[in-house]
Amino acid sequence: MTEITFEGTPEQAAALKNCIDEHRGEAGALMPVLHEAQNIYGYLPFEVQTVIAEELNVSLAEVYGVATFYSQFSLAPKGKHKVSVCLGTACYVKGSDKILEAVEKQLGISCGECTPDRNFSIDSCRCVGACGLAPVMIVDGEVYGKLTAKEVAGILGKYLED
Amino acid sequence: MTVEQLRKIAAEKADLIRVRRIVREQAEKLAPRTGYRKQVLVCGGTGCTSSHSLQVIEQLEKSFKELGIDDILIVKTGCFGLCALGPIMIVYPEGAFYSQMTPEHAKTVAEKHLVKGGSIVKELLYADTVHEDGSVIPFAEIPFYKHQMRIALRNCGVIAAEDITEAIAAGDYSALAKVLTEMTPEEVISEIKASGLRGRGGAGFPTGLKWQFTRDAKGEKKYVCCNADEGDPGAFMDRSVLEGDPHTVLEAMSIAGYAVGADEGYIYVRAEYPIAVQRLNIAIKQARELGLLGKNIFGTGFNFDIHIRLGAGAFVCGEETALMASIEGKRGEPRPRPPFSAQCGVFGKPTVLNNVETWASVNPIILKGSEWFSSIGTEKSKGTKVFAVGGKIKNVGLVEVPMGTKLGTIIYEIGGGIPGGKKFKAAQTGGPSGGCIPAKYIDIGMDFDNLVAIGSMMGSGGLIVMDEDTCMVDIAKFYLEFTADESCGKCTPCRVGTKRLLETLEKITSGKGEPEDLVKIREIAEHMKSSSLCALGQSAPNPVLSAMEHFGDEYEAHIKEKRCPAGVCKSLLNYYIDPDKCRGCTMCARNCPAGAITGVVKGVHEIDTSKCIKCGQCMANCKFGAIYKK
Repeated sequence: MTEITFEGTPEQAAALKNCIDEHRGEAGALMPVLHEAQNIYGYLPFEVQTVIAEELNVSLAEVYGVATFYSQFSLAPKGKHKVSVCLGTACYVKGSDKILEAVEKQLGISCGECTPDRNFSIDSCRCVGACGLAPVMIVDGEVYGKLTAKEVAGILGKYLED
Repeated sequence: MTVEQLRKIAAEKADLIRVRRIVREQAEKLAPRTGYRKQVLVCGGTGCTSSHSLQVIEQLEKSFKELGIDDILIVKTGCFGLCALGPIMIVYPEGAFYSQMTPEHAKTVAEKHLVKGGSIVKELLYADTVHEDGSVIPFAEIPFYKHQMRIALRNCGVIAAEDITEAIAAGDYSALAKVLTEMTPEEVISEIKASGLRGRGGAGFPTGLKWQFTRDAKGEKKYVCCNADEGDPGAFMDRSVLEGDPHTVLEAMSIAGYAVGADEGYIYVRAEYPIAVQRLNIAIKQARELGLLGKNIFGTGFNFDIHIRLGAGAFVCGEETALMASIEGKRGEPRPRPPFSAQCGVFGKPTVLNNVETWASVNPIILKGSEWFSSIGTEKSKGTKVFAVGGKIKNVGLVEVPMGTKLGTIIYEIGGGIPGGKKFKAAQTGGPSGGCIPAKYIDIGMDFDNLVAIGSMMGSGGLIVMDEDTCMVDIAKFYLEFTADESCGKCTPCRVGTKRLLETLEKITSGKGEPEDLVKIREIAEHMKSSSLCALGQSAPNPVLSAMEHFGDEYEAHIKEKRCPAGVCKSLLNYYIDPDKCRGCTMCARNCPAGAITGVVKGVHEIDTSKCIKCGQCMANCKFGAIYKK
């Protein structure tokens, strides 16, 4: 196995190898492996893609092609706290664009970016299916529903203190 | 497992499930036979867990320990449908419907209602279930449920979603047993054909015909796939079925496997649905353990197994050829058809692909017969359809009604109408591929063909309600942003067309629109419809075209008068203070980030429109409603 030269730990490398071994030889293994790899590292660095390409015996171009096609795969690291604002239709008609604006203003970055201290990153998503709570924002998996732009600062503040 | 063993499991828990399906008096008589004094059902679907229903369950367990209650069963179910009121908790045999539960409320209900000799805590019940005289209405009789007919959702919110024995007791796998022991593959297909079932994913293709094509295709190896890549934002019925009754999907796929001659299946599910994925994994594991998936099912020699594949956030993967490419581990790009997937699907083998809701309708058709199913609905659209009703409506949630039910029934009787006394303007169906239904069609019967006839489509059943505050140009722009973003880029009409349409709409909403823009939109739309590779590009212009047709005056207002009648498009708006309502509290001036508001304490304030950045902060902070925009 190729040595990983970025900030990966040996535990992460072992976990990746394990996951590749589990899927080796399986038809259509690339997607499940990329999912697992992103779970392990939080994103899909070039080094990890190289390992996957070599181990699964597919070209790096193919791995890169798949990794960049799907919006859930990220080639850049995310913030420690991941903020995601739903821009699905149900949330949008209830004003989730204003929620996103408030988040961007509060954190001083745009959607898709990460704060310089790597503490927060903002993404938009298309429907988490909690339409009854629209508009919603998700911070580290926790769903905040029936939001108003005013409440955003208070919610993000809780994560700032950690 | 044998068919007899299946029947034994079903019989053991039959009473337990029946108590949850019948009216109160009968349920109360039956309850003692279940071994439990009461049953408490708490919704464990995405909507309710997002508002902390799991903590409600924890609190109940804790309270039961403290109060020494050991004869009440707590059941974590899937979605009840009335998501706006989550977390929802129902107590049987009374059928008491508690809404918007918190752990504190759970504690109160445990202490006052669930203890021996306790009685219903009326003030915590969903208000619509209590009469003015204080008597309690069983929830099945309230308007939200009364007009519904639950076929695909029959077990959602009824059974414990992670317990295969409850699923079996509710009827799951008995259709598979019937098919494998009493029917030939041809009989199965003709039954599905006769039922008139059409695909619930959007296109409405006859399901039986699809199965027939795959059966007729040459090849030893065939696949059965489930499309659970519910990408249409605002539609969440597939997720609810997977969360509430995952076994019905596994069973129906096995039935199709028998009918078409396949021994392997894939479920392609959105990664954004972690609870659905987890429940599916549990369901597959349990089905394998009981021998309901795997080799020699019911000792009939029939083999079938199912794998899960996670999507990764690409809307185009809802298109069948793109979905299959994604299952194969490739970029999810569609390809030209023919060959159709019935001949050349996953890994180049004949494949039958159906949507989750379609699968969920198979068990009742087999058990109750095609005649029963085809007696429901309209001439060409049989059975029921689940709608995810959202947006500006009181009862946001999942609604299953017979095909042909009037839009007005869904919005006013089931949905409870528009909140805040606002006027209904339009309903959007079919998501980014569909169109809007204006208020004048409130009496239209919702089925496949009627919706197409007025320029919209059924789609997967998302139904977003819009009121007078929604700008139809802005909504069309919203959908184009979505499709431009999600276009995979493989074919030019879609890749370039979505972008050009979006730019034109941006031009119009920013006040720079010209009359020729409307001509240009039609021209681009025509090319996209005729020459895009897949349905994404072919249908992407629909939201604009249908909005232009039904709300042409709004487009005209934006272009000719540079005015947004709904007050949404920022560039066309200015904020003003009504001098009669302003009390001079200074709240607006203090909150204005641009320093555009001047005025003294207790004096009328004024907005300098040249400095105003139209953020709306002043309006949000004014306690006297003195600020307006036009």
